[in-house]
Amino acid sequence: MSAATLYDKVWDLHRVAELPGGSTQLFIGLHLIHEVTSPQAFAALKDLGLTVRHPERTVATVDHIVPTTSQARPFADPLAEEMLATLEANCAEHAITLHGIGSGRQGIVHVIAPELGLTQPGMTVACGDSHTSTHGAFGAIAFGIGTSQVRDVLASQSLSMNKLKVRRIWVDGQLQPGVFAKDLVLHVIRTLGVKGGVGYAYEFAGPAINALSMDERMTLCNMAIEGGARCGYVNPDQTTFAYLQGRPAAPSGEAWERAVAWWSSLASGPDAVFDDEVRFDAAALAPTVTWGITPGQGIGVDEAVPTLEQTPLEERPLAEEAYRYMDLQPGTSIAGTPVDVCFIGSCTNGRLSDLQAAAAVARGRQVAPGTKAFVVPGSEQVAAAAEAEGLDQVFLAAGFEWREPGCSMCLAMNPDRLEGRQISASSSNRNFKGRQGSASGRTLLMSPAMVAAAAVTGCVTDVRELLQA
Amino acid sequence: MASSAPFPSGPIRQHRGRGVAVVGADIDTDRIIPARFLKCVTFDDLARGAFADDRTELANAAAGPHPFDRDAHREASVLVVNSNFGCGSSREHAPQALMRWGIRALIGESFAEIFFGNCLALGIPCLSAEPDTVRALQEAIAADPGAELLLDLEALEVELESEFVGANRWRVHLDPGPHQMLVSGQWDATGQLLAHDGDLRATAARLPYLAGFVAG
Repeated sequence: MSAATLYDKVWDLHRVAELPGGSTQLFIGLHLIHEVTSPQAFAALKDLGLTVRHPERTVATVDHIVPTTSQARPFADPLAEEMLATLEANCAEHAITLHGIGSGRQGIVHVIAPELGLTQPGMTVACGDSHTSTHGAFGAIAFGIGTSQVRDVLASQSLSMNKLKVRRIWVDGQLQPGVFAKDLVLHVIRTLGVKGGVGYAYEFAGPAINALSMDERMTLCNMAIEGGARCGYVNPDQTTFAYLQGRPAAPSGEAWERAVAWWSSLASGPDAVFDDEVRFDAAALAPTVTWGITPGQGIGVDEAVPTLEQTPLEERPLAEEAYRYMDLQPGTSIAGTPVDVCFIGSCTNGRLSDLQAAAAVARGRQVAPGTKAFVVPGSEQVAAAAEAEGLDQVFLAAGFEWREPGCSMCLAMNPDRLEGRQISASSSNRNFKGRQGSASGRTLLMSPAMVAAAAVTGCVTDVRELLQA
Repeated sequence: MASSAPFPSGPIRQHRGRGVAVVGADIDTDRIIPARFLKCVTFDDLARGAFADDRTELANAAAGPHPFDRDAHREASVLVVNSNFGCGSSREHAPQALMRWGIRALIGESFAEIFFGNCLALGIPCLSAEPDTVRALQEAIAADPGAELLLDLEALEVELESEFVGANRWRVHLDPGPHQMLVSGQWDATGQLLAHDGDLRATAARLPYLAGFVAG
């Protein structure tokens, strides 16, 4: 074991050169692309007369713009159709693998790369999407990039980067029944703030983290960016290896043993030095819900919307803006807040275990009158696995809609969106003003189980009450 | 409106232009450009999406119109913001929309990391400043929208000359790496990255996951 963190080890291994401006050229082991942030990058490549340096290290899928009702081509929206056709043409021209609709492997980019075994410990992973931090769940260093950087990775399989500091988020104890990784990460962001992680990578560690499944670790790392940290990661362990074994792109045979040995050597050592450390107690957490317009404006479901007096001085203008926008009264309980739309899905919470947790609440209950509820599996593989165990039937019987895979109402670049001032209970990651497609639409972020609880009661409800019933 | 000013190129050593202030903490990239404007395969038409929903909301409000819709800021090229500007989505469409509207530099209390990098890749400096400096600049812009700001990237100073509010000069901050990249004209990374192909091959050769996990 060395004094280095996993972040240090992976960074050093991928260093190509020091650049004139003082930044580091970093090799990118896995580049993921989708239809929204890649077309301009391919166009720039063409303008510069360049080709794709390592087409076998780039993998594409389509997620943001796909409808979740009918996915028949051509799409009803000509702009969406043009974006997918452009991605298809670019991938064909540059010999890049595209997991398209109906391939059995299509889905949200941050769901499919792990389930195909593409994401592995010790890699650097980049994608033109801020939630690339998800892949850190495997002990990869993974971060979102802009389109100019997508161009750079296509051209050179590398990026100009500056090294981050590392903050260890140590979580003792165990999450209680009805409390999930989503609640933990919302609590972390609530505590450290939406800009607390700027300049840092977050290492999530401790007994509570060790006990999390890979799906839950992905939820946790996915939202590191909502706390300002461009990447978050968990040290690889037996849970990681068990998840990867047998996946299509994972090593096999003798290479598997060598891979596990190497992956094991990457974890931060017991004497690793961190730039900062913050501790949490998982056992103390309640299901957490956002009440405002940033993911940091969260409270336990048993708490009240904070008053101005309870809010630090520098956060008061934002709190006042949030009261107005959300039309929530400070000092009132968040439980009981009526909801119009319930959305289960997204790269944060669209995996099989998320659907299982939601189905456990929905089973034998009915969506409340006047409430719309729908479930969007994160990928074609998630959909197939859920259908194989009958989850689609559980949801349908309870009055939920069962949709095709895609990003859906997380960001409303497709037909799924809020209307007017509708308020949603959403398992996604952002409650920004206008995020879900209506300029006055409102979002309450929570775990999939909590969304299901809201769906069957018509209002924000502590899911633990339903699990006991 | 869309600006006809040329996009940044070469060394960025100074910039002179009028300011426009957009006040508020944690203004995310969904607000800078709502997702529906991302349905495109080029960046060409993004100026109209800049702050689109905020502008609609403020069009008929007492506090409105939005600064981007005020005649006095029509020529503005320096955007003055508060803390954590550009948080959220990695969409480069955000700085692209601002650039195509006419913005060539930002001054703010702090910036989200991916947004900062996306601006740098376009040759748009995001200069950080003390909260007092930002407040003074925002107040000066409100008092005299026609005043010109002179950004000296080499000295890391911003100067404001106004017949109404007088002359003033403030310190701004830029980390040494991005600072050097901008003033030397090396902010476009592609060429630099392509210059080290031998090193790139050597790095790839030592990565266990590219060699059956035999190396390493």
